[in-house]
Amino acid sequence: MTDLSIEREILIEAPAEVVWRIVTEPDQMTLWFASRVDLEVKPGAHGYMEFGDQGGPVVVEAVDPPNRFSFRWNHPREEEPAIGNSMLVEFTLTPEGEERTRLRVVESGHELRDWSDTEKQRYADEHREGWGVFLDRLTGALAEHQSR
Amino acid sequence: MTTQADDELWSAVADPSRLRVLDLLVSNGEVSASWLAGRVPFSRQAVSKHLVVLEEAGLVSRRKQGREVLYQVEANRLDQAARAMADLAAQWDRRLGAIKRLAEAAHAEATKTTRQP
Repeated sequence: MTDLSIEREILIEAPAEVVWRIVTEPDQMTLWFASRVDLEVKPGAHGYMEFGDQGGPVVVEAVDPPNRFSFRWNHPREEEPAIGNSMLVEFTLTPEGEERTRLRVVESGHELRDWSDTEKQRYADEHREGWGVFLDRLTGALAEHQSR
Repeated sequence: MTTQADDELWSAVADPSRLRVLDLLVSNGEVSASWLAGRVPFSRQAVSKHLVVLEEAGLVSRRKQGREVLYQVEANRLDQAARAMADLAAQWDRRLGAIKRLAEAAHAEATKTTRQP
């Protein structure tokens, strides 16, 4: 992890193939994600997603059925998503038995293009727990400081 | 969905050195740039640059006291940053919940059809 990220996961009582369809098929995506999804599920494909009255371009990165799907978006800004201006959304589906799947999503972004690998590594080492946890700690420390 | 303001916040704290500066300000209250420079492994100039970015993002404010400039954390803004992050996580929880319901319903439907030909 070289950047800020959010990680969430859920356990689903259905085989990975079923979950895969819900996660990746544009028709299904409109039921849980965007209001309109114009997307070809193919690595490198450029598409468009609409959220109510806002919308923006998306670029598919990884397609590895039924385990991995990722795309890059920069939220409804009319700008082609690329590394440095966008967020990467990665879905990982892990079968746990025949009828159960662990679905994990990681949204990460704001990678800083001009960082050296050493800096990235240092950041990764220091922030393995994620930015959210770091901020919790920071606000906690702040509250403590103010109550002193 | 993030806003432009969130983006600015995120970029401001996306740098490990800036996070360190912010961390020091949080734990020590109002301090000067030279005080900070004495506690970080980078130059005084770098500290000043980080303080400018943090100030632009609204995370830090400055006050002149005599010949010194003192910096402190803007608690509300920091809180706002933490909340924006929590909101984004909650948004993904809702989406994952919806995927779960859809997938389980689709699976139950498929199982029913195959078991009752």
